[in-house]
Amino acid sequence: MRIIEIPMLALQRLFGVHKLAWVFLLPNLLLFAFFAFLPIFLNVFYATSGGDNILLDDRPYVGAQNFNNLVDCSNYLDPNTCREDKFWRAIWNTLWFVTLQVGIMVGFSLLTAIILNRDIRARGFFRSVFFFPVLLSPVVVALIWKWVLQREGILNAFLDSTGIGGINWLVDAEWAFAWTVFLTVWAHMGFYTLILLAGLQAIPRDVYEAATMDRASPWRVFRKITLPLLAPTMLVVLILALIRGVQTFDEVYAFTGGGPGTATTFIIQYIYEEGFAGAPRVWGMAAAASILVAVVLVILTLIQLWVNRRNVDG
Amino acid sequence: MARVWDFLTATRGGARLHWTDWASYAYLCAGVFLMFFPVLWLIMSSFKTEGDLQRYPPTFLPYQQETLMVEGFDDPLPLFEMTGGDYEGMILAQVRRVGLQAQMVDPTNPGERLRVSIENYRPVDSVTLAWENYTGLFDRFNFLLYFWNSTFITVTATLIMLLTNSMAAFALSKYQFRGRTFVLLLVIGTLMIPQTVVLVPLFLIVSEMGMSNSLWGVIIPGAATPTGVFLLRQYMLTIPDEILDAARMDKASEWKIYWRIMVPLSAPAIAVLAILAIMWRWNDFLWPLIVLTQSENFTLQLALNSFQGELRTEWSSLLAMTVLTLLPIALVFTFLQKYIATGIASTGGK
Repeated sequence: MRIIEIPMLALQRLFGVHKLAWVFLLPNLLLFAFFAFLPIFLNVFYATSGGDNILLDDRPYVGAQNFNNLVDCSNYLDPNTCREDKFWRAIWNTLWFVTLQVGIMVGFSLLTAIILNRDIRARGFFRSVFFFPVLLSPVVVALIWKWVLQREGILNAFLDSTGIGGINWLVDAEWAFAWTVFLTVWAHMGFYTLILLAGLQAIPRDVYEAATMDRASPWRVFRKITLPLLAPTMLVVLILALIRGVQTFDEVYAFTGGGPGTATTFIIQYIYEEGFAGAPRVWGMAAAASILVAVVLVILTLIQLWVNRRNVDG
Repeated sequence: MARVWDFLTATRGGARLHWTDWASYAYLCAGVFLMFFPVLWLIMSSFKTEGDLQRYPPTFLPYQQETLMVEGFDDPLPLFEMTGGDYEGMILAQVRRVGLQAQMVDPTNPGERLRVSIENYRPVDSVTLAWENYTGLFDRFNFLLYFWNSTFITVTATLIMLLTNSMAAFALSKYQFRGRTFVLLLVIGTLMIPQTVVLVPLFLIVSEMGMSNSLWGVIIPGAATPTGVFLLRQYMLTIPDEILDAARMDKASEWKIYWRIMVPLSAPAIAVLAILAIMWRWNDFLWPLIVLTQSENFTLQLALNSFQGELRTEWSSLLAMTVLTLLPIALVFTFLQKYIATGIASTGGK
C-alpha cells in the first residue's frame, strides 16, 4: 500500500487535511457519475429519440413520440386495442403479480415471524430453514422448481399416484402465473421474515406482561399490542417488497421465459426484450418504458426514506 | 417412552403444550419440507443417469442397472431378472434386443444363447451414484471456464467495491467539509435509480468504454452501489474521533489513518459488506446477460440459463451443474449464517 501512500501524502501537503476528503471520495464519485447519474440523463435522450442506432449522434429527435406510442390505447384494460400491446400486457401482468406476490409474501412472512417469535425449540434451525432460499441464485431457484414441476416430475408423479392426475404446469398460462408467484414467495419470504422477526423482538416484553396481568385474550393482545407496535416495520417491509416486486425479472425469465405466450412477461422483461433481445433494437421504447418504471420506483423509495426517518425519530 | 414424551412436550414455563404450540410446530415442519425437499430432490436427481431420469414415476434414490463382464464379450452386459417364461427366477445378461425378443446369456454358462420375450424380464437395479454427471461437466462443458469467470467477477468487484466504498465512507464520516450534505444526498439519489431502469444508457457507456463483452463490463458498473457507503459510514460514525486525533499528533498521514486505523476498526462492517457483495455478484443475472453475449465470457448463471434453453436439454448435466453453482453459496451460508442474517437485516439489502 506504499504505492498509494506516497502520492496521497503529496496530495495532503497540496490540499490540506480537510480538502483531502474529496480525494477519498473521488473514486466512488467517479463510479456514481458514470454508472448512475450519467445514465439517468442519457435515458431521457434515448426516450426522446428514434431509430435503432445506439450512438446518440445518429439518433433523430422525435420528442414525446415514444411515450405517445406506449400510451396509444383505445381501452387500457384490453391490451389488444393498444399500439404497444406487449407493453400493456407486461404492465397488467406486473400489477397483478405485484399485488398477489407482495400480499401473499408479507402475509406468510408475518405468520412465520410470529411463530418463530414464540417460545419454541430449535428456533435458530427453523429460522435458517426459511432464510436459506434467499441466498440461492435466481437461475438456481428457477431450475429447482422447473425440475419439480416438469411434465414427468415429482409433483405430477405424486398427483398421478393419488388419482388427481398430473398437469402440464408451465404450459398452462394461469398455472404458470400462479407458480411464478409461488416461486418468488418461496425464494424471498425468508428475507422479510427476518426483518419482521427483528421488529417483533424489539417490542418490549413488559407490555405483554402487563397485558397478561389484565387477562387480555391472545387475539386481543395481537390486535391491540403486536400489530400497532409492528406497524412501522410492516410498512418498511411492504415498501421494500413493492420495490423489488416491480423489478422482478431474473427468476421468472429463467423459469418461464415470460411464457407461455406473454402470460408471465413483466415490465423489466419488456424493457430487456425491446432493447437487447429483439431485432431491430428499439432503444427509444425501452428507455421510455424505463422512465415510467423509474418514476414509480422513485416515489416508492421516497416513501421508504420518509418512513425510515419517521421510525428513527420515534 | 412416557418420560421422553414429557420432556419433548414440556415448555420453558413447565406448562403443557397448548394447541397453538402444536399448530406452530406443524407449520414449521411443513415449512422445512417445502423449503428443503425441492433442493434435496434436485441433489438426488443430479446423481441419476440420463436413463434413470426418464423413469416415471421417479424414484427418490438414484438407481442404475447392474452390469457384468461376461466371458467372450468386450463390453459389460446389462443384467435382467427373469419374471416368467422358461428361465423364471434366473439372472441373465442381455446380449442384444430385437423388437420384443431379447437374446440373453447365462453368466455362469456363457457359451449358450437364450431367446426370451421382454415381457418376462425386469432390469436388476441397485443404488449407484452417477458421478459421471459431474466429471462430464469438466470434460464436455467448459465448466471450469464459467466457474473462473464467475469467481473473477465476484472477487474483483467485491475488492473494488470495498476499497472505494470504505474510502468514501471515511470521508463522509470523519471530515467536515463544504458539500458533505450534498454528496450524501447524491448517494441517496443513486439509491432510487437501480440498474434495472437505466439499462440502455448504461450499455452505451460500457460499450463506449470498450468493456462490452468483457468481464470488466460487469465488474466496474457493479461497484457503484450506495448500500455499502451507507453501511460503512454508519459504522465509522461510532468510532471515536479521539483515536484519529491521537494518530495525527503522532504525525500519521491521512492515508495511514484510513488504512491502519479506520479499516481495521471497521472490520466487522466491512466483513458484512463483503459477504453481501459476494452474494450479489455471484448471483447477478440481468446485467451480465446484457453485457456478456459470447459464451466464452459466460458466468455460471448465464451458462446454466443458456443450457436449459437449448432444444435438447441434457438434464443429467444441467442438474449437476446447478448443484455445483449452488454449492459455494451453501458453504458460505453454513459458516457465516449469523453475519449474513445481521448484515441483511441491518442494511435492508440483498
